[in-house]
Amino acid sequence: MIARRLIPCLDVSAGRVVKGVRFVGLRDAGDPLELARRYEAEGADELVVLDVSATVEGRGHALETLRALRGALGIPICAGGGVRCLADAEALLYAGADKVAVNTAAWRDPGLIRALAARFGSQATVLALDARRRPAPSATQDESGGPGGYEVVVAAGREATGADAVDWARRAAALGAGELLVTSIDRDGTHSGYELPLIAALAQAVSVPIVASGGARSAAHLAAALEAGASAVLCASILHDGLARLSDLKQQLSAAGLPIRPC
Amino acid sequence: MSWMDQILAQACAGECGPPAEPLAASAPGAPEQAPGAPAAAFEGGRAAVQVLDTGVSNLASILAALGRAGVCAEPVREPTALEAAQRLVLPGVGSFAAAMGALERLGLVEVLRARLAAGRPTLAICLGLQVLAERSAESPGVRGLGLLPLSVERFGPGVAVPQLGWNSIRAEPGCRFLESGYACFANSYRLDAVPPGWRAAFADHGGPFVAGLERGAVLACQFHPELSGAFGARLIARWLAATEPELPAARANGAAPLLSERELRP
Repeated sequence: MIARRLIPCLDVSAGRVVKGVRFVGLRDAGDPLELARRYEAEGADELVVLDVSATVEGRGHALETLRALRGALGIPICAGGGVRCLADAEALLYAGADKVAVNTAAWRDPGLIRALAARFGSQATVLALDARRRPAPSATQDESGGPGGYEVVVAAGREATGADAVDWARRAAALGAGELLVTSIDRDGTHSGYELPLIAALAQAVSVPIVASGGARSAAHLAAALEAGASAVLCASILHDGLARLSDLKQQLSAAGLPIRPC
Repeated sequence: MSWMDQILAQACAGECGPPAEPLAASAPGAPEQAPGAPAAAFEGGRAAVQVLDTGVSNLASILAALGRAGVCAEPVREPTALEAAQRLVLPGVGSFAAAMGALERLGLVEVLRARLAAGRPTLAICLGLQVLAERSAESPGVRGLGLLPLSVERFGPGVAVPQLGWNSIRAEPGCRFLESGYACFANSYRLDAVPPGWRAAFADHGGPFVAGLERGAVLACQFHPELSGAFGARLIARWLAATEPELPAARANGAAPLLSERELRP
């Protein structure tokens, strides 16, 4: 049986790991290589590396960081941030990524997902979906499970699209995305737990694996997201800040009966 | 610097001398070789490995893993290089049809088939395992290398496809390379039978499937040893240590018929 994955996420800007709350107020959180080595030793099943400055400031991905990580790590690396076209994705894959996450560019041109899947395979094509809870309207009940459903937000949390997250997830999976990296902007960096209705709605809607992101603080939070249907859970600030150790989290999840790869 | 140069520089930095030079020649302690001679094992336990570059694979991850194993690797794509390679890695990412198309365009099909049939040291990864079969549901009408008289099928309904992540595999007794443990997968298609003459490891994703196969010094993994952490590193090290095919003579020339399949029991 396939194990549920614990995935540390490195948000990288100018060669340093950064972390904010709800996508803003970024502060330094360490050296990417140093953190990544520690996380692999502690049982990380995979690593996500996002160039968080790429879209906003128009920069390309920090390929140097990726090359250094690839040389050191023997686990899969998913890279994203500022991927606008096939050539951007190719550069990340050649630098050592095993998967590429697309977000804003895929929203503007969904054909990019199809092109990536055709060229590199669905297993290498990840849609990063950032969603924000809609305020509960009085009348309508959205299928996303939240009171007003969830809205797709692009451009690193700056641009609301008005589109429903579940619709976009379905479409992306049909176009060939092999995995969805789903971040709740409301929960990001807040340590308040994952946005469970969002995870559950997406896991119901698509058959590709869902990676839940945003809000982790405890093993109980991780377990809840996995039980809601996530195949993997992303953690960032609790690991960077030393609030939890991957090996301890894995042990607790394992003890709770979830299929986890032993460290 | 082209992307290929960058990958080469990365793969060999710190292990095999200065980057961006011919790899086999740049390794400290490497014996002098006659021009055109096949890359041989280096002194001091280091060895050259050729990695088939079909243009559709995660070459960087494989070269990095070989680098961590203390080995110099170089991408190759000529039939003569494939024939001469003491150890060959056959990576594979992409579709069955794209991989076979690349092998045919490069004129590698016969050389590869002979090498595999003889049990020469070859590490086939993911799609590299699948192209050993006769055909695949992924690309109907496309012929595989045909070393395994089998068809590759898609994972059944009711499970996440692609299978992404770590699955526990169990190796049959008597395996030379494969061992039981957790390995990292990224696949939508799989084999569900083992031909005679091969030892195997199995995993489960909506039913049992073949996680790995070995015969002689051929090791074929449905998972990615280069992404399987310490488990994968040990496996790669065992394969790198194998130099001679351990096959009966009748099989070494590819004459042994592959009669029937062994179906997997859940």
